[in-house]
Amino acid sequence: MVARNFGHALFCAMITLIISYPIVGFDLVFTGLSLELQQVEAGTIAGILLAVAAVFVFQLFRPAIMGTLARLVGLNPLANRPPMEQNKRLKLERGALTIIVLLALIWPFMASRGAVDLATLVLIYVILALGLNVVVGLAGLLDLGYVAFYAVGAYTFGLLSQYLGVSFWVALPLGALLAALFGFVLGFPVLRLRGDYLAIVTLGFGEIIRIVLNNLTSITGGPNGIGGIPDPTLFGMEFGRRVKEEGNASFHEVFNLPYESVHKVIFLYLITLVLAVFTLVVIRRLIRMPVGRSWEALREDEIAARSLGLSRTAVKLSAFTIGAFFAGFAGTIFASKQGFISPESFVFLESAIILAIVVLGGMGSQIGVILAAIAVTILPELAREFSEYRMLIFGAAMVMMMVWRPQGLLPMRRIHVQLNRLE
Amino acid sequence: MLEVQNLSMRFGGLLAVDQVSMDVQEHEIVSIIGPNGAGKTTVFNCMSGFYRPTGGKILYRGQEIQGKPDHKISRMGLVRTFQHVRLFSRMTVVENLLVAQHRHLNTNLIAGLLNTPSYRKREQKSLDRAAYWLDRVGLLELANREAGNLAYGQQRRLEIARCMVTEPELLMLDEPAAGLNPNETRELNELIISLKEDYNVSIVLIEHDMSLVMDISDRINVINQGRPLASGKPEDIQKNDDVIKAYLGEA
Repeated sequence: MVARNFGHALFCAMITLIISYPIVGFDLVFTGLSLELQQVEAGTIAGILLAVAAVFVFQLFRPAIMGTLARLVGLNPLANRPPMEQNKRLKLERGALTIIVLLALIWPFMASRGAVDLATLVLIYVILALGLNVVVGLAGLLDLGYVAFYAVGAYTFGLLSQYLGVSFWVALPLGALLAALFGFVLGFPVLRLRGDYLAIVTLGFGEIIRIVLNNLTSITGGPNGIGGIPDPTLFGMEFGRRVKEEGNASFHEVFNLPYESVHKVIFLYLITLVLAVFTLVVIRRLIRMPVGRSWEALREDEIAARSLGLSRTAVKLSAFTIGAFFAGFAGTIFASKQGFISPESFVFLESAIILAIVVLGGMGSQIGVILAAIAVTILPELAREFSEYRMLIFGAAMVMMMVWRPQGLLPMRRIHVQLNRLE
Repeated sequence: MLEVQNLSMRFGGLLAVDQVSMDVQEHEIVSIIGPNGAGKTTVFNCMSGFYRPTGGKILYRGQEIQGKPDHKISRMGLVRTFQHVRLFSRMTVVENLLVAQHRHLNTNLIAGLLNTPSYRKREQKSLDRAAYWLDRVGLLELANREAGNLAYGQQRRLEIARCMVTEPELLMLDEPAAGLNPNETRELNELIISLKEDYNVSIVLIEHDMSLVMDISDRINVINQGRPLASGKPEDIQKNDDVIKAYLGEA
């Protein structure tokens, strides 16, 4: 076994050397006016050689190492448990959800401002990922331009507030509905497309939206974006130090509290939390409904679904529309949180990250997707010291996930029903 | 109830089906047989709306249906199975049967979100019908298994049950006995006859298993190289010289 792997291991080690030495092994240094290529210090060279040796050893003993790892994954106690009865599982899930939401409600009053702010961002990604999960995970439609609907939601609020002075609470449903409309409209040209072709068209759509926003300078401000987007208000109470709009009261004056900027952050967090729970509950319900089952049927076998009388048009459009609706929600919150939006926030990388969350979490699995959203958003923040290597770590984590656990963190579990024998 | 008139289907230079005519009466089992590649499945695909025929007419209860979208034809009561089983393999057995009953999903979107009593009643009815048919084909114990994990014969039966929950008037079975052992074929034989007798369903059958075909068919149509070769009662077909020649080659 080892002898057979020797040649392969040597080859891999050579490739490692060839790739890493020119990239890491030299430095560009200014000497006077010209650039010069210099050898780096011995420590780095030693590091490269160490990496080469590691690759060599790993490849040499690869079957044994991979076998051990696979067994470790197999030790997961949840892996082979028999499925639960639906009623029991629903109760358990409902209980767990209630506890988590209660904790999430209390938590911000004890945490730091930065942490609450980050948690808001996490929740925005949770909403986005749950929405995309409908399109990709359940209906099996690979959408690479999901960020476009996010942008539509954000810009709806931005433009409405700039030109018409519309408040957050009015813009929230409008942003979501407008995004849903865009989803519906995009659905038509892609009805006949599947797989790769669909991915390309949605990718193009995402870029069109971004480029239009970028170039429609007279309305959207182009790359300069839109600023001064108002914060949400609580029954007409503003969270700023001074009231900006006539007729509004200020939160800290009404409740006779000293002014603190963290109030605003916590309030936005709580709104996002409520909306994330709303998204979760609605989509959970949809999955258990005819609509949700039709999405899955379409993913499993479109021809069979059609032969049973399911209309491809209705099923695909509903998936796109509902997915886009929740992206619009997320976009409106995002605009309000940042106070400033520009096309730069809605690049393809965002679509890719949301898609990565869905895939990492386990297609179709809501809890998995939520966990992945938390992990993907928080880990880069925790790894700020290694900022240069953030994307590298992210990429490596993704590769390892797909090799060892292609079904995602928590794959979707089927719902079990109790059937009564009829006479 | 179903009438096919001079049906033709051309794929580029290949004339896959050429002037095929046949009809199905109420309460009847009609088989289509023929050597491999004769165009039997193409006829099915035209009847179920997967292909738009290049010539001829298909009348269902006097209404022309050729070229209609497949899901509309299915909603009229013409439902088919596939030569290679097409289940929703990562969904459970019972979910497969529930999906088949979800033709009008838009109307109950709001009702479902609010979980109204009328919605719950409808869901329960779908569940009961699914349970009935699972029991009928002997899969009730496996209701919560993933469909893809069933044995092949069970998958075949599930596919038929999935058609039956839609309450079809005409069932089109494409090689239902392919890959079944003699025991399973005998069970299938009984099931098909029961569908006709007890549920008043007419059946069009494509099949290679001659004993099954001769056993249960009321009439048989033979197709060879896209063209109709013979049609009639099983005993006539068995004696027909052209059919014997097509199957066995010329002596």
